[in-house]
Amino acid sequence: MTLWFWIVVACVVGFLTKLLGYLVPKKWLANPRVARVAGTLTIGLLASLTVANTVATGQQLVLDARLGALVAAAVALWLKAPFLAVVIVGAAAAAGLRLLGLP
Amino acid sequence: MPTSLRQSPGARVGLSIAVATGLYGISFGALSVASGLTVWQTQALSVLLFSGGSQFAFIGVIAGGGTPVAAASAAALLGIRNAVYGMQINVLLHPRGWRRLAAAQVTIDESLATSTGQTDPLEQRRGFWVAGVGIFVLWNLFTLVGSLAGDALGDPKQWGLDGAAVAAFLALLWPRLRSREAGAIAAACALATILSVPFVPPGVPILVAAVVAAAVGWFGYRAGPEGEGLEPDIDPYPGTDHTGRTAPS
Repeated sequence: MTLWFWIVVACVVGFLTKLLGYLVPKKWLANPRVARVAGTLTIGLLASLTVANTVATGQQLVLDARLGALVAAAVALWLKAPFLAVVIVGAAAAAGLRLLGLP
Repeated sequence: MPTSLRQSPGARVGLSIAVATGLYGISFGALSVASGLTVWQTQALSVLLFSGGSQFAFIGVIAGGGTPVAAASAAALLGIRNAVYGMQINVLLHPRGWRRLAAAQVTIDESLATSTGQTDPLEQRRGFWVAGVGIFVLWNLFTLVGSLAGDALGDPKQWGLDGAAVAAFLALLWPRLRSREAGAIAAACALATILSVPFVPPGVPILVAAVVAAAVGWFGYRAGPEGEGLEPDIDPYPGTDHTGRTAPS
């Protein structure tokens, strides 16, 4: 039930954030510094989520098959593969490395 | 004489970006149930939150053992850019009444990029609505396909779904790393995450990284090119330069 509660909170906050852009005076968000923070936040959060999902298991740093998935995904992106292909490559790399005995 | 909807360049680009973006809803659906959410909770995120980055952030924190509060916080912070997009769409389209609420819900990276890539006001309007509503419909449909398939898969690790999550986050980050500064911010936040993992509860390292990123953005303001980090996951106009796209025109 707690999970449901925070899902709803995230959804309400997400919608109000979008709506805010339509309601507040233009000059607030036209402030280039605000736009810049919105941009650096996006980069920083996605980088953090990438790394956390690669090496964190609870509070431990672990090197396992997920690192192989990261490398394989990077190669696929370098080759300009579309989003869904990159995700499948990541899954295949992790599953394949586990078949070879990696944790 | 305006072009018919059939020949409208804005609507055409909107439609193709809707298909490309909608399809990867499959990966969100599958990863969401693998992270422990139910099919209904997964669908609620796609219908109500409807912002790819925020949705992936929510399930990414849950998958890593983070609390629902940390998950909601990460999703909320990743959604801040949508407020900036909303302001730009408001300047372009001036939606009123219920259209304003609908426009707000479909204000995401791709609908903004499709709209601002057009120069004619009519095409900007068509591009925004076709991309926004098209992605909304297809994203939700493919989320359902993905979550039902993911539910049937069984052990997520055996299928490498944790590796798929890593790949999805990297794919969301990748198009935003166009400048050297963007790469430096990503590296600093990655390092902050690794350093804080052993010391704080799961999910919190992501918020530590958010503080680092916000500080760099606020105090290092004017250091990098405009619109950094505000690129769409899938570019509706590949091969063209979007520099200054985020400046209201």
